[in-house]
Order: sequence, then C-alpha cells, then structure tokens
Amino acid sequence: MNNKIWIVARREYLSRVQKKSFILVTLLTPISIALFSVLIGWLMSEGAKADQRVLLHDETGIIRNIASEDKDFPYEFSEKDLKVLTEEYDQMGYDLLVHIPSMTDTAATRLNATYYSNEKPSLVLLESIESTLGDKIETYRMRRSNIDQKLLDSFRADISLENGLMDPSNPSGSAASGKLNIILGTALGGLMGFLMYLVIFIYGSMVMRSVMEEKLSRIVEVMVSSVRPIHLMMGKLIGVGGVGLTQLALWAILIPIFLSTALAILPGAEPAQMSAMENVAQFDQESLDGFSANQIIKAIFDLKWWLILPVFILFFLGGYFIYSSLFAAIGSAINEDMGEGQQLMMPVVIIVLIAFYMLFPVLTNPNGNLAVFASLFPLFSPIIMPARLAFDPPWWQIVLSIVLMLFTVWFFIWLTSRIYRVGILMYGKKATIKEMIKWLRYSE
Amino acid sequence: MSILRLEKVTKRYKDHVAVDEVSFEVEPGTIFGMLGPNGAGKTSTIRIITTITGPDSGQVYFDGELLNKSHPARMGYLPEERGLYKKMKVGDHLLYLAQLKGLTIKDATQKCKIMLERFEALDWWHKKVEELSKGMQQKIQFIATIVHDPILLILDEPFTGLDPINSNMIQDEIFRLRDKGVTIIFSTHRMEQVEEMCENIILIHNGKNILQGNVKDIRNRFKEHLYKINYGGSLPVQFTNGLELVRSEEHSATFRLGDGISSNQLLQYLIQSGCEIHSFQEILPSINEIFIRQVKGISHE
Repeated sequence: MNNKIWIVARREYLSRVQKKSFILVTLLTPISIALFSVLIGWLMSEGAKADQRVLLHDETGIIRNIASEDKDFPYEFSEKDLKVLTEEYDQMGYDLLVHIPSMTDTAATRLNATYYSNEKPSLVLLESIESTLGDKIETYRMRRSNIDQKLLDSFRADISLENGLMDPSNPSGSAASGKLNIILGTALGGLMGFLMYLVIFIYGSMVMRSVMEEKLSRIVEVMVSSVRPIHLMMGKLIGVGGVGLTQLALWAILIPIFLSTALAILPGAEPAQMSAMENVAQFDQESLDGFSANQIIKAIFDLKWWLILPVFILFFLGGYFIYSSLFAAIGSAINEDMGEGQQLMMPVVIIVLIAFYMLFPVLTNPNGNLAVFASLFPLFSPIIMPARLAFDPPWWQIVLSIVLMLFTVWFFIWLTSRIYRVGILMYGKKATIKEMIKWLRYSE
Repeated sequence: MSILRLEKVTKRYKDHVAVDEVSFEVEPGTIFGMLGPNGAGKTSTIRIITTITGPDSGQVYFDGELLNKSHPARMGYLPEERGLYKKMKVGDHLLYLAQLKGLTIKDATQKCKIMLERFEALDWWHKKVEELSKGMQQKIQFIATIVHDPILLILDEPFTGLDPINSNMIQDEIFRLRDKGVTIIFSTHRMEQVEEMCENIILIHNGKNILQGNVKDIRNRFKEHLYKINYGGSLPVQFTNGLELVRSEEHSATFRLGDGISSNQLLQYLIQSGCEIHSFQEILPSINEIFIRQVKGISHE
C-alpha cells in the first residue's frame, strides 16, 4: 500500500494518542464507570433502607400475628394509641405511619388503611406496603379456611424450558447453562451493538471535525501538493481508527481492573456488583436468579471468544470505515457554518439510529428474518452482526456479512474520496447533497 | 526544451469556465510570472499542473512527458492559502511534510536544519507552530516547499504578509534557486514584483490567456512613444507637427512622438530651441498599466 498513507496515519495516530485529553478520557472513563456503579449500588441499598422506616398501627392484630413468623418483615409495630402515634411517629424516627382499622367484614376484598406522613411518600413505597399487607391478610384468610400452605404450594407450576440437545452428563452444561447462555448472549449482544453505535458516532465525528479543521485552516492546501486526497483521507481514517482500537483495548483491560478494585475497596460491594451488571447489560436481574456465580463465570468462559473477539474487531473496523468515510466527506463539504454539517449529517444519523433500534427486536429473536436481513445489510451489519454473534448464527451468514461489508467499505471509500477531493478545496459554496453528487463526476 | 507546456487546457465547473484553452510554455531555469486578478483562474491552472485536479480537455507536458501522478514529486508548490498544524512542533512539522515528499527522516532532518539555519530560524525547531508569527510560519512553509529539491517551483503569492526584510530573504532564495537551474512559476496580482523578477509572463483573465511573452517585449509592444526630459531654461512655446506635450511640470516634461519622428529628432529639436537637457528617458508602460488596460479592454467588449 501507499507509503504516504502510513506517514499520514502515523501522524494522525500519534498526535491524538499523545494528547492530554486522550490520556485523561481513557483513564477517567473506567474510573468513573467504576465509581458510578459503586455509587449507584450504595445509593440503592442505602436508599432502600431509609425508605423502610414504616410504623404500623394494626387494630386487627392479624398482620402482626402473621408477620411475627416472618423474620424479614420490613415494618415495625406499635401498640400505642393512634392519636399519640400520629403526633409522635416522626420523633420516634419513622417516616410513615400506617393505620389498619379493625376489620368489620372479614371477607371483604377491598380493605382500607390510612397513612400519615409529613412528606409525600413515593408511589413505589405505597405499593410495596399495600402488597406486603395484602399478602399477610391473604395468608391469614387461607389459614382460617384450613388451606394448608403445602397444599397451596403444590398447586404451583413453574415450567423451565431447556435445550434438548444439551448434554446432561456435562456438569457445567447442566440444564441451566443452556438458558444462561442465552441470557449472557443477549447481554453481550446488547453491549457490543451499543458499543458499535457509540464508536461510529465518537470516532466518526472525530474524523469529521478534523477534516473540517484542516479545510478551514487551509492546511489541506499544503497537504494536497504532496499527497493525493484519497491517501490523505485514508491515512486519517486509519490513524483515527487506530486511536479507537487503542482506546477500546485499554478500556477492555482497565474497566474490569478498576471495577473490581472499586468493589473490593469501597463499601456496598454486593449490590453494586449486581447493579453494575444490570447497568451494562440491561437485562433483568431476576433472570440470573437460580444460577450460581460459578455457573455464570463458567458460562462466560464457555462463550466462543476465539470467534466473537476477532469478528467483533472486524465489524468494528468495517463499521468504522463505512461511517467515518461518510463523515469525512461531510466534513470536507462544510464551510464555516456548523449548521450545514448537521443538515448533511441527518441522513447518516438516521441510518445509524435505525440500526440501533433494530437491536432490540433482533435480540428478542436473534435468528428471525429481521435479524438475518439486518446482519447482512452492510449499513446495519456492523451494529447488528456483533449483537448476534453470541447466538451462534450460521457461519455462512457471518462470512457473507463480512464479504458484503468489506465490499461496501471499499465502495464507500472510493465514493467518499471523490467527494472529499473536491470538497476540501471548495470554499464559500453551500454544500448540498445534490451538489456533492455532482462532485462525484468531476474529472480527476 | 521547455520544462512545462500547456496546450489548450480547459477546466469547467458547474456554472463557469475556470480555465479556458490556456496554452503556454515555461523555459527551464527562468522565473515565469502568472498574472491575473483574483478569481482569474490562476489557482485552477496551478492545480492542474500539480495534478490536484485534472483538465477537462487539453494536455500538459512536464519535462517532455505527458503529465502524470509521479511528476508532482519533482515540483514544489506553495499555495496561496496555506496553513500548518498549530499544535505541532516546527521540527516535527517540517519532517512530516518532507517525508510526504519522499525524503527519509535522516535526509529530511539534515536538510531542514540547513535550511532553517539559512533563514536564521534554527532555534524554532522545538517551538510549536502556534507560537510563531505569520511571517515566520510563511518561512516554514517556504522551506517545506523546497526541501525535496524540486526542479519546478510554483509559488502562489509568496510574499503576502511578509515584512520587507523577510520578503528580501525569500526573494534572494528564489534567485539563488533560479541560478541553480530551478524553474519558478510565480503567481501574483502584484505587478511591480513581476517586473523585478520575471523574464516571461502570462496574463490570465476570466480563465482566458489574454497576453503572454517576454516582459521587456511586452512593455515595448505596448509603449506609447513617451519620452520624459528634465531640463533647464524654457521650452519652446510651439511644437512641430507630430510632437505632443503630454505633461509638463517644473523643469520636466513628457512628450508623445507621432509617427515618423524619432527620439533623436525630439532631442535635436529641443536643443536647437535653446533648452538645456539634463536627462532624457523613454517611458515604457508598467506591467501594471498594461494589465489594467488589457483587463478593462476585455471587460468593455
């Protein structure tokens, strides 16, 4: 390949990686992710505790009776006179006082209770009190009707769907890890799709800004006298892409290190860990219930990383080149007015957003028609295909998707470089998409 | 053999013709002036020569060959609008540009340092570009333009924004290069420099070549047979046929000679009529005057 591309790429790469802002962002992002997830975890556990300062005044006596069997019952009781309590509950350290009047009709399905509070309680708190109290009364009524808890339990039926092809003799492949695999696949797919979406915008706009600056400061006039515009553009794309890879690689190493350090040092570790996983993966914590930590770790290691990682990097580069070449062309067409740029960016942004929103239906049905189409269509595939990887898509789809993507990368670089070479030397003219299409036909 | 030859080169943009059948030749080892008002098509022509854009029709020959993408490596082009990376250090920037011209880091370092020294600027090596004044940056750009020993140098308004001292420095360097055999194309709209520096010129207006040739020849071609004298005593009150007093100030007068009257006849006539001649000089039109006349003549048509 052309030697000048590498000279340009080297400068683009080094000038960015050596910048203080790059080092700061690369270090601060994992630190703030670690601190943020610990903080969220701590807030959630602390917040939950503080909200539970509820005092019950139970005239029926039923709830108190039933609750005495439940060690984890979150509220406390008081026998004092209601009048006294309404005046004293906040001095006693409670946020909320709930009065349950004695039941006149013990079969009523609608019961009324009253709460007293200085501040407006949250809806969540009220609903959780309602359901806790309702549960206890239900239990009481069942006992009164002589329905045995065991009998009641025997009515329950939880169906667990598992993969019929799984080897039951393999201990780590015990029924659970089949579904666990899917849960992790969904999480990983969402994470990778989201990452691709971020990458396209972060590094794409980096390319666009830098092309624009070179044009406006007329550096490009000096450059094109020794480098062909397509080589200049390629060098820039490769250089900035290298910065992206470097940053992602550093994050891939630093985030786990900082996160585990933060969890080890700071309080509130347990809930923080859960909420961090929740934050990142965006799946319901409940779905992981019933799996031991060992199973989860084992399942994570069982993912086909040898396939997922290289293919992810390939799609990272493909998506990056397709979109950042478009951003480079847009940057070359902009004059002083940033508004113009935003107008030209709109179509690109819309395409990326469509791809991003397709992630959700694709993850719910990772081998459906939409998923197959979107992971082959080159403008969507860099976001969608990585998301499908953990679901073992047929290999021919992966290969076809890569081939289509590489062809598109080549085509887009050819196309955008023809716009770029005209745009960077064209001043004062308001660039429209129509105008840019005309540039394609200018002789070289 | 000419080093550069353009034959009916034309470049069209959507709504106008930037270069319209321009043809010219540049002799090796000379300074060639490319003149024209802003927007005349000078920069478009230069971009075709440097293969930044291609012509829609016509041919360009460089050093005897049809112009191709390998040729710009032997050219040095200083564009009119020029910038540098503000955050880069002067040394790094020069090395970067020199490497892009095909020099190795070692050669580039050596040559850039020699050149900086000649421009009394070696201590800028570790400074950032943004710390330099505009004139200083211009010197850096000039160095970057000539660092790879081009045989054709294209300078687009190389003196704008330079103080007289730096201007002279660059001018001396241009002459030095010319004497070494480098051909220089010098594009400008400042005519007095052209008279000083160029042997041949081309005048471009609205993309068209409206005048070209040797500077002296052109001035002679457009001469109006004007002669200026400084004298003592007094001028005759009346003049013979074919002699016209154009301007008269204290002890100086300008005459236009009609057909068939030579400068000697004018002198003889004045001496005979008792004038004491102190100096006698033919007035040739400046390139600036010719330029304005030509451009106005064209736009009146």
